[in-house]
Parts: sequence; structure tokens; C-alpha cells
Amino acid sequence: MSSLNKNTLLKSILFYFPILFLFLSVFNEIDFNYLNIEYFSFNFVHILIFYWTLKNPRYLSYGSIFLAGIVNDVVVGIPIGFSSFCYLLICAVTAYLRNITITPNLINDWISFLATILLVNSIQVISLDIIFSIEVNYMRYLINSGFTFILYPVFLFLFNILERKIAIQIND
Amino acid sequence: MASSRDDFVIAIRSAFLKKSYQQKFSLLTLIFSSLIVIILGSFNFKAIQYVKIGINEVIYRSSHIASLPENYFKDLNIKIDEHLSLYDQYKKNEIELNKLKEKKLSNDFLILENNKLRELINETIRSEDVYAKVLVDKDSPYLKSIVLNKGSRDSVKIGMAIVDKSYLVGKIIEVNYTNSRALLLSDLNSKIPVLLEPIDIHAVLSGTGKNYGVIEYTKDEYKQKLTSDEIIVYTSGYGGLFKPGLPVGKIITNNLNKNNEVNFFSDFRQLDYVKIVSYEIGGGY
Repeated sequence: MSSLNKNTLLKSILFYFPILFLFLSVFNEIDFNYLNIEYFSFNFVHILIFYWTLKNPRYLSYGSIFLAGIVNDVVVGIPIGFSSFCYLLICAVTAYLRNITITPNLINDWISFLATILLVNSIQVISLDIIFSIEVNYMRYLINSGFTFILYPVFLFLFNILERKIAIQIND
Repeated sequence: MASSRDDFVIAIRSAFLKKSYQQKFSLLTLIFSSLIVIILGSFNFKAIQYVKIGINEVIYRSSHIASLPENYFKDLNIKIDEHLSLYDQYKKNEIELNKLKEKKLSNDFLILENNKLRELINETIRSEDVYAKVLVDKDSPYLKSIVLNKGSRDSVKIGMAIVDKSYLVGKIIEVNYTNSRALLLSDLNSKIPVLLEPIDIHAVLSGTGKNYGVIEYTKDEYKQKLTSDEIIVYTSGYGGLFKPGLPVGKIITNNLNKNNEVNFFSDFRQLDYVKIVSYEIGGGY
């Protein structure tokens, strides 16, 4: 009975949290570079897209991921459409994993995530370097992928809490 | 064996072609759309350029607003660092100030002498400055660049130098109507002609993607000439891109700095306002 009185605005805000996070992070490039820790950087967007599209794609629509990629390209300064392509590749992998997985578990997801970010970052680095002649630091990409992989369980834990809250609000 | 192959094909088809609930587009449509955007973006058609400029204008402004909270924390972090090292910095500054006072006297004389010599050969350097605010300052590990709030409306052109106080920090690489993007000297793709003083050697300064640059494209002999403790790197003005004599950074030659890294004078993390400089050499023979 009490749940009927719950604010509908809060429900919709919670539901749109993943999209909000996605756009905030592409506009803002959340990577904690300002802390100036040598070599430390990670790709929050990759974690976000992988987790939410794997969990349930209704939280993050493919259209919004495409748009977020365009925004990221403009902000970072790489050819437009490039990040969209990479983000959608992650979605393709998660859609495939969702179809073949009956009982999801952390280790499988984590290993799949590593394979996915290595694939996406390899495509990104090779295309930027060879096709667009933009010089990139391969080692930095590798380190970035490493930290993104290591930090995945941390965000998985946080997103699980959020997902449970969203699920409760929707079911109410 | 055949059934597992069928399962794979079904999973792939379902992933790419099936529209899940609450999805307006299938994955395959969007992947093709992004490929079309990449291909169209590589053409230099006017219509595409206008669309690109429009997208850039909107996203740069939005990014500036969205970055405000993060910038606040960034500034706070810098302020805390500065407060913690206040006393040490004061002592260093005191010593440096005394040295600079001595140097200033001889510099004043050199400036006067330089102006007289330029008059003698009838050469003048005219430069125009446009002050710009840094809208977006993304210290991305991939591309080191900043977005400024001045564009083609303010006569900003590609290739113009970006100066912080009197130190060179980068050059304009993209111009929109009300804003522009500048590539910082620290970016891997940045290469500028420089002059190493007092050893008087021309070289190319390349970015490393980190907070320092490296000297490239000089003869190996130059390393033998690095005898003085401190070598100042200035723009050489070769290629007519930058005004000659803009200070860039310094090379400290010691046992720790074997790669002759160039420490930039300007701190690229703290750029709020910069000058966009264009120059013209007039007269001469």
C-alpha cells in the first residue's frame, strides 16, 4: 500500500539513471585524470554499456548509445561515428552473450568483458593509427583496458545495487 | 555438431537483427549508421562540414556545462596541493626572484638592442592577440586538446598559436563558428620546429602523450653539445607557423634526464584563459 504513494518522478529518475550516467560520462570524460596518477585511466563508458546491456537492454537503448558515441567523438576529438561503432560492438557482444547464457555468473561475465574491451580497443587503436593517421599510445590503451577490466567487479557491485532498486520501483 | 552451429547462427541473428522491447532500432541498423557517419565525415563536402560544425557547437557548449562539477573538484585538488607546498614554494620563489631581478637588467638592454637592429634591417613583427576562455579541457589519455570559446566569428584560423602568458601551449586544429579546438604540445601528434638555446640548434619538439615533450630530428651530435645545465626551448619560426622566439620549455641536463625531456613552462592542467596569436613579418629584404 505504501509503495503506491511513492513518487513517480523518483521511479522514472531511477529508470533513466543508466542513460543519465552514460551521457554525463561522455560529456565529462570521467576517468579521474585530474588526480594526475601516472598511467591511471579507465573507460567508465565501456563498463557502463557492457553491464547494462548485458543485464537488460531496456535500461540503455541502442539509439541512446549511438548518440552517446557521437558526443564522445566530438568531445575527445576523434572522427565522428567511431565511438558509436565501438559502443555498438560491445552491445552486439552482450546481445550474443545474453542469447547463449542461461545462468549468468560473475567470472564468465568478467572474462567476456576482457575479451570484448580488448577487441573493441584493438579495433579503435588500429583504425585510428592506420586509417585516420592519428598517432596513439598503444601502451596507454593497454593499461586503460587493464584498469577497466580490474575495476569491472567494483562497478558491477554498485550497479547491482542500483539495478535492484530500479527493479523494485518498476515492479511496484 | 550441426545443431551447435545452428544455435550459434540463431544467437548471432537474434543479437543483430531482433529488436528487443523498448528498442526503436536494431543493432545492425545502428552499426551501419555509424559506419555511414564515419565515411561521410571523412569527405570534405560543405553540407557535411556545416552539420559537423553545428554538432560541435552544441556538444562543446553542453560539455562545458556538464564539466562544471568535475572542474570544481579538479580546481579543489590543485588548490589543496598548492596549499600543502606553500612554504617550500615560497622559498623557491624567493631565490628565483633574486635571480630574475639580475637577469631582467641585462634583458632590458637586449630588447632595446634587438629593436634597434630590427629597425636597421627594416623588419617588423606584427602580431594580433585574441583572448579566449578554455571551455573544455579534457586531459584524455588519447588526445591532449582544449576547446576555446573563440571561432571563425573572431577570425580564428587553423594553425594559429595558443599562448598561456607568454609560453606556447599548442595550435588551432579545428575551427567552428563560435569555438575552436587546439592541440596541446604534449599530444603525440604535435610536432613543432624549435630552437635550442644557448647551443643554437634547430630541432623538432614532439609531444609524448604525457606532461613533457622530446627533441627529435636532430643530428646525434647535439647530445654532445648539451653541456650547459639548462637549455631553453623556443619556437624557431621555421615554416612560418609560429612567431619565432616564443618560450616553450626547458631541458634540464642531468643524470636522471637521459632522454632530454622538455619540461613545458606552462601547466596544461591549469589553463583557464589563453591567447590565440597570429603574426606577420613585414619589411626586410
